Amino acid sequence: MSGAQVTEATIKELCDIAQQAVELAKKAGAEDAEVLVRDGSELTAKVRLGEPELVQEAGSRALGLRVLKGARRAVTYTSDLRREALESLCKETVALAELAEPDEYALPPDPSLLAKEIPELDLYDESIADIDAAWALREAKNGEAAARRHDKRVTNSEGATWSRVLGGTAFATSGGFVGGYRGSYASLVVEPLCDDDTDKENPKKRNGYWWTASRFLDQLEAAEAVGIEAARRTVATLGSRKVETQECPIVFDPEVARSIVGTLFSVANGSSFWRKSSYLIGKEGQQIAAPIVTIIDDPLIPRAPGSRPFDGDGLQTRQNRVVDKGVLGPVLCDVYSGRKLGRPSTGSAGRGIGSNPGPTTSNLIMQAGSVSREELLRQTPRGLYVTQMMGFGFNPVTGDFSRGAQGFWIEGGELTFPVSEVTIAANFDEILKRIDLIANDLQLRTATAAPTFRVSHMTIAGTSRS
Amino acid sequence: MTTTLPATLRAPFSSSGASAIDAQLANRLLGLALEAGGDYADLYFEFRVSADYSLEEEQVRTLGRGITLGLGVRVTKGDATGYAYTEDLSWEKMAHAARIAGQIAAGGGHAPVDIAIAAVSTPSFYAVPRPSLVVPTPDKLTLLRAADKAARAFDPRIVKVQVTFAESIKEVLLFTSDGRMATDIQPLIRFGVNAVAEDHGKRQSGSGGGGGRYGLEYFERAEHDAIAHGKEAARVAIAMLDARDAPAGELTVVLGPGDSGILLHEAVGHGLEADFNRKQTSNYTGQIGKQVASPLCTVVDDGTIVGSRGAINVDDEGFTGQRNVLIENGVLVGYMHDRLSAKHYGIEPTGNGRRESFRSMPLPRMTNTSLLAGEHGHEEIIKSVKRGVYAKRFSGGQVNISNGDFVFSLSESYLIEDGKLTAPLKGVNLIGNGPDVLRRVDMLGNDYQLSDGIWTCGKDGQSVPVNVGTPTVRISSITVGGTQA
Repeated sequence: MSGAQVTEATIKELCDIAQQAVELAKKAGAEDAEVLVRDGSELTAKVRLGEPELVQEAGSRALGLRVLKGARRAVTYTSDLRREALESLCKETVALAELAEPDEYALPPDPSLLAKEIPELDLYDESIADIDAAWALREAKNGEAAARRHDKRVTNSEGATWSRVLGGTAFATSGGFVGGYRGSYASLVVEPLCDDDTDKENPKKRNGYWWTASRFLDQLEAAEAVGIEAARRTVATLGSRKVETQECPIVFDPEVARSIVGTLFSVANGSSFWRKSSYLIGKEGQQIAAPIVTIIDDPLIPRAPGSRPFDGDGLQTRQNRVVDKGVLGPVLCDVYSGRKLGRPSTGSAGRGIGSNPGPTTSNLIMQAGSVSREELLRQTPRGLYVTQMMGFGFNPVTGDFSRGAQGFWIEGGELTFPVSEVTIAANFDEILKRIDLIANDLQLRTATAAPTFRVSHMTIAGTSRS
Repeated sequence: MTTTLPATLRAPFSSSGASAIDAQLANRLLGLALEAGGDYADLYFEFRVSADYSLEEEQVRTLGRGITLGLGVRVTKGDATGYAYTEDLSWEKMAHAARIAGQIAAGGGHAPVDIAIAAVSTPSFYAVPRPSLVVPTPDKLTLLRAADKAARAFDPRIVKVQVTFAESIKEVLLFTSDGRMATDIQPLIRFGVNAVAEDHGKRQSGSGGGGGRYGLEYFERAEHDAIAHGKEAARVAIAMLDARDAPAGELTVVLGPGDSGILLHEAVGHGLEADFNRKQTSNYTGQIGKQVASPLCTVVDDGTIVGSRGAINVDDEGFTGQRNVLIENGVLVGYMHDRLSAKHYGIEPTGNGRRESFRSMPLPRMTNTSLLAGEHGHEEIIKSVKRGVYAKRFSGGQVNISNGDFVFSLSESYLIEDGKLTAPLKGVNLIGNGPDVLRRVDMLGNDYQLSDGIWTCGKDGQSVPVNVGTPTVRISSITVGGTQA
């Protein structure tokens, strides 16, 4: 359906709407106004056991407005973009702002700081927009069929889903910024299911998944390959069991390694700092991780999933070294949190429709090490290789970390039996400092990414020691 | 008692609205949706007004407001669903969405039939005489300030307080091709306080809050007032300053009344949603009539609890909210259904078909899920434990439906030694297997409590408000994920 295509003309139109809304807000009495407009469309095609289960297709538009009056602010949003609707929204927003208390830190950035040029980052693939439901269903079907064919222990399926999102974003401010860009993203996930009768008393189902995703159609892995890998990963969990409570090395698969990097960001940003909600406060410039750890936030990588040509304050984006050889760099800030901490923004503002800007990541990447994943395992006589984590057991204020884990037991440098229903715990500060080996298998499928890495020791809670 | 709203809070599609949708128009749209041969179609119109307020550093920082309006069209053919939506309620856009959704059935077309549409008679589990959205903003800001002040006054070691209040009104209008029309107005409020305590370089945080399908009368009860929520957040933060590392390994765990229902929600609730069983992807598949929990356990999902966050007059497929017994004395007696699964099992829907918004298809979801009371006193249960963990507050949980493994996070817990609560423990997870843990429930308190409305449940990317409740629960053994091996 070529109607889904987001064109340069669409971006121009969104920019015009954003600029008009800024003018309307000023007319309604705002001293400053910032407007974000998004236009997006989605296609989701899901197949289960060879039959279509869901086809969802729609487009939507929304506008978010932030106004300031006497340093008082309000934030509103609407999906009704007609001029008269926007006029009344602007009036309401200004009236709402008058009820807030002044906050000098919330004023817009000095116009001289606004981005002058918007780099072309090649984030949109027209061929993704040309995909129709029938094609998407066929891909999903092929992925699922490959998984079921690959191993007869795959007895059921939670389905396979091919989906794409296309979007246009425009941002305009009363300080004179106006800019827009378009992006695409497509993915295929296959979720096989097995019956596990290893424990006759308590038979279980075992699920697993594998996936591929990219902004560009030709960078997606073949559906069959995704299905086969999904089947391999699911079958491997058959017979999962607990292990004894103990301390031992923990190896994080890239699927969970990236979540450790994401957790680091939740305590290495300006907002968590001024809110005193981070155990890292006061540790910038200090060693907070092992010297082999470098983590970079880079919004300017062409074609990457988390790239953005300007930030949610209208500032130029740039590369930031969040952790450099184990030393915590300046934490990521938007204009507001930077001011709260008495420092400049790092160009890291994110902004949603209907929310204030705040620090966010773009492509947050733990840099690859030099050993292969196989070599990393070979150097690990015993330990737990973690492929999935569950739950939300992280306290940002203290760094206490405890999450459910599943994966494989490592013995003699090789993966042996599957493990589930255990937790892994340590203080996050210890986890980062105990990273002692990083593999070279980094992939940029997601905006937050990490290679396989090893933590020298953490506590596994499982069965009582016999 | 009815809810009366000013025109600005009424949906444009309501009978008094600027672009009223009537049965005749609905009929035309349903006809288009079924043109390609679908078995069933529904139209879900939604209008939602929401507002939020936040106070930080003793100042009202942000006021926000948003309006959402749209139509979702669903068409089913066998087990397949076609779904489309539009935010533009012009005839062309609605007709386009209906046709797109209908494409799922491409093949055997049939002429649209004239559907006799009758309104579903809905109960009233949350008639709010004066929704908070019509109350002047300064009155609500007073509540935020009161909570902030109470938290700060609790102890000088409280160094940061954040108070938030969110309110919304959602109006829905549903038409189905089997002739149902349902309409509902759903108010919801949520009040939250977060406090950070600092003492000699040690830092801890605590939270408090509550809400439900109420207006501001919610705050009139002493245990729900803004001051009580402020104090509670401060109390937890201060108590946790002395927290020590939690044990690691299998221990007896006592769950406090109320919030502990989140364990039930994760451990068994999701596994009893019928879509997972229809597809045979849940551990509870084919277990109806079997003993799946300790005989002490009776588990109920009840959409009819007045004012509770998970209450629903009518679900998002046109069936009224109901009380459904899921497990009775440990025996599995029923699942929670939506239309698709009810049809598959050949039974009546249970009023559990819910959706996040017009942008998503309905799924079987929980409402207010409870484990019913037993006969022991709370103290008696604590006293019975030689060494274990008392879990008082929870920050959330997650389950793997297929194998039943779940994790849930404790934000306030204590060590039990010789029948007494001793040291507070640092944040820790419990991990277990749903069916396994329910078999290990060996004492239940006579002190059932419904949690005070803060839970949001996520499934397939859709969030819906829910609530949970339990008495004090003793689990003979479960894995505690601390660091002290």
